[in-house]
Amino acid sequence: MSERQMMKGSVALAEGAVAAGCRYYFGYPITPQNDIPEYLSVRLAEVDGVFIQAESEIASINMLLGAAAAGARAMTSSSGPGISLMQEGLSYMAGSELPGLAVNITRIGPGLGGIAPSQGDYFQATRGGGHGDYHVIVLAPNSVQEMYDLTIKAFELADKYRNPALILADAILGQMKEPVLLHDAPQRVPGKEWALKGAPVGLPTKRIKSLYLKDDEMEKHNWHLFRKYSQMREEDTMVEADLDEGMEVLLVSFGSCSRMVQSAVRMARDRGLKVGYIRPISLFPFPGDALREASEKAGKVLTVEMNTGQMWDDVRLNLAPGCSARLLARPGGGIPTPGQILEEAEKMIKAGDEVAKSIC
Amino acid sequence: MKLQKVFARPASLAEISFHFCPGCHHGIVHRLLGEAIDTYGIREKTIGVPGVGCCVFLYDYLDIDVCEAPHGRAPAVATGFKRVLPRNVVFTYQGDGDLGAIGMSEVVHTANRGENITVIFVNNGVYGMTGGQMAPTTLLGQQTTTSAFGRDFHRDGYPIRMTEMLATLEGVAFAARVTLHNAAGVKKARKAVMKAFEMQLNNMGFTFVEFISACPTNWRLSPEEATARIDDEVLPYYPLGIYKERKSPDYL
Amino acid sequence: MYYDVILSGFGGQGILLIGDLLAHAAMLEGLHVTWMPSYGVEMRGGAANCTVVISSEKIGSPITDEPCGLIAMSNPSLLKFQGKVKKEGLMVVNTSLVDSQLIERGDLGTVPLPANEIAYQEVGEHKMANIVMLGAFLAGSGVVSMEKVEETVDSFFEGGKRKNIPLMVKALRRGFQHQKEGMEHAG
Repeated sequence: MSERQMMKGSVALAEGAVAAGCRYYFGYPITPQNDIPEYLSVRLAEVDGVFIQAESEIASINMLLGAAAAGARAMTSSSGPGISLMQEGLSYMAGSELPGLAVNITRIGPGLGGIAPSQGDYFQATRGGGHGDYHVIVLAPNSVQEMYDLTIKAFELADKYRNPALILADAILGQMKEPVLLHDAPQRVPGKEWALKGAPVGLPTKRIKSLYLKDDEMEKHNWHLFRKYSQMREEDTMVEADLDEGMEVLLVSFGSCSRMVQSAVRMARDRGLKVGYIRPISLFPFPGDALREASEKAGKVLTVEMNTGQMWDDVRLNLAPGCSARLLARPGGGIPTPGQILEEAEKMIKAGDEVAKSIC
Repeated sequence: MKLQKVFARPASLAEISFHFCPGCHHGIVHRLLGEAIDTYGIREKTIGVPGVGCCVFLYDYLDIDVCEAPHGRAPAVATGFKRVLPRNVVFTYQGDGDLGAIGMSEVVHTANRGENITVIFVNNGVYGMTGGQMAPTTLLGQQTTTSAFGRDFHRDGYPIRMTEMLATLEGVAFAARVTLHNAAGVKKARKAVMKAFEMQLNNMGFTFVEFISACPTNWRLSPEEATARIDDEVLPYYPLGIYKERKSPDYL
Repeated sequence: MYYDVILSGFGGQGILLIGDLLAHAAMLEGLHVTWMPSYGVEMRGGAANCTVVISSEKIGSPITDEPCGLIAMSNPSLLKFQGKVKKEGLMVVNTSLVDSQLIERGDLGTVPLPANEIAYQEVGEHKMANIVMLGAFLAGSGVVSMEKVEETVDSFFEGGKRKNIPLMVKALRRGFQHQKEGMEHAG
């Protein structure tokens, strides 16, 4: 399979899951992610996999929990409201240290909201999302190729850390078609000695649980989880950067929105402006160090998001001291155009140092 | 005459004393599960999925692989297990609130899919672990910590008969209600558990056993009074029996 | 090289399909390409449009505010998008379905293209109006070669749909010819 094929983002993601050795899908219909279950309901049958349309997202995530505890690579996918319903299960999976993949092709929120592209689920994704002191690994693709590649990566990271992973994308990435290069090598699922398959005679039986009632047990467990998150930050932060020598402003964005920013960067450079661009690919762990270094060089940072300012919090936490920062925000299905982004970048280059001001 | 050992702790029941309250029947359910696992020699391939409530003690008491499930979600978790490990024996162990309230959707749809798992349902009419609040199975007029004036159907609806309800679903292979408050009841309960596991081993589909149990602590009764109450008040509303027993693996 | 085009009309007219064919052909040319649909609420009868961006460099935005080209197959889609087309851009309008008087962009020198009549009378299949439009667009834009689009048409369809391939090729060529002649005529 060395030829490029035109493929929809949702389909590329599903193919990525199959390539990663995922043979179990549990999900419940919701727009705009239905291409994923529809495609996998056929595709998994071809590889002797299991596809179950569950009665709810709550059931879906808990079927995923069970399949993961049995040692399988398994996944679910949904959209905003459905992902909200899954938060309990994700919290249990993080607490029980179970790997698995959830995909959020976001909707606009809050509530039933709308189905247009939005990045309003950044907080939910990166802050854990459910109850307790935990994080899920969050990867944010910005192309159909990355829908494929990062799905494979998400399974690998989930297994490496025994932690749930989440792909955060939107209708642009799910519906868009682009040429994709599928990989040849099938992924091997690593051995999971902790998985429950029934205890052989002579070996101790195992427990998978997040309940720790004895004194100090839970504090130890929380610190253990925390060390995993620290290790993720050190070893598995992913970022794309296109910096410019002597850049006067640094543009920051993630996911589909970064595509508009890339166009704006090209337009700016055509006009002789010195601009840099940085895109967190892993939203958790957030590439704070890379951002700090780049922002130090630029001095001015413009964050562009399709929400009212969520990654903006992480950007401000990780700026080099003295940087000025602004936000270009488009919530509710609005998409910042390259022209609009360029205009704000130009304004920022011309303006003096205004610290932490948002443009809405 | 040589002495014979006629009664012993099942090997799959851990060497730990139960912490259940005096007169509670959870211990007997555990023992019956241990006996069934030993009888079929399936300790090496059995996975237990207890719900949340007094069920969580099962983590310590049964010497088998055990996976936690969020409140009410045990049938979904068990589905995930069974689909990955179809040759293993998978059961859930759930209480009234877990199965009949928050987890109603999961158990009904798991039953309807005919998942080849066994659901053990302990019906003691209250939320035991959290302090005796009203359950979906609490009888009309029964006082609990959240129905101080007695369960009133205008406000609280009627007690749910889970076994009868699930027995109507095509996916269900076996559905029985048994009791543990007397020796004859325990004998029948043992048979029902054996039957459910046997049917699972034969890939017959979803099997369900409801145990009428006492919770003397939250009923504010002595164990003896609790036993009498089961005869006088509980069994008239929740009749015992096998409500469904399919003879072939599926409906068609 | 950079070219972006909005293809628009009603659902059921085969708008997304011709976008797909164009995008696929661009891929065969070795170019970068994105295809981005925007569905109406209803799959049929509602508005349907998609944006195809083709470039020799990596593509940023898959959507566009100011397209180089527009294919319009309904009155509402013409009204919605004609104001956005770049100066000296290209507009291909199906005048079988679109009221010519609605064309306000005189600067674009749009060639009237009665695609349904062409499809029915010259190709022999009225359902090929969308393919006629694509052929005309290829002549007007020169963005990908007719050869690659024909190659795409040949590889795109399987089973029973393959029997339509010769008609499709005919429709492409007729559309191409009409647009070319129209442009020459306009000087």
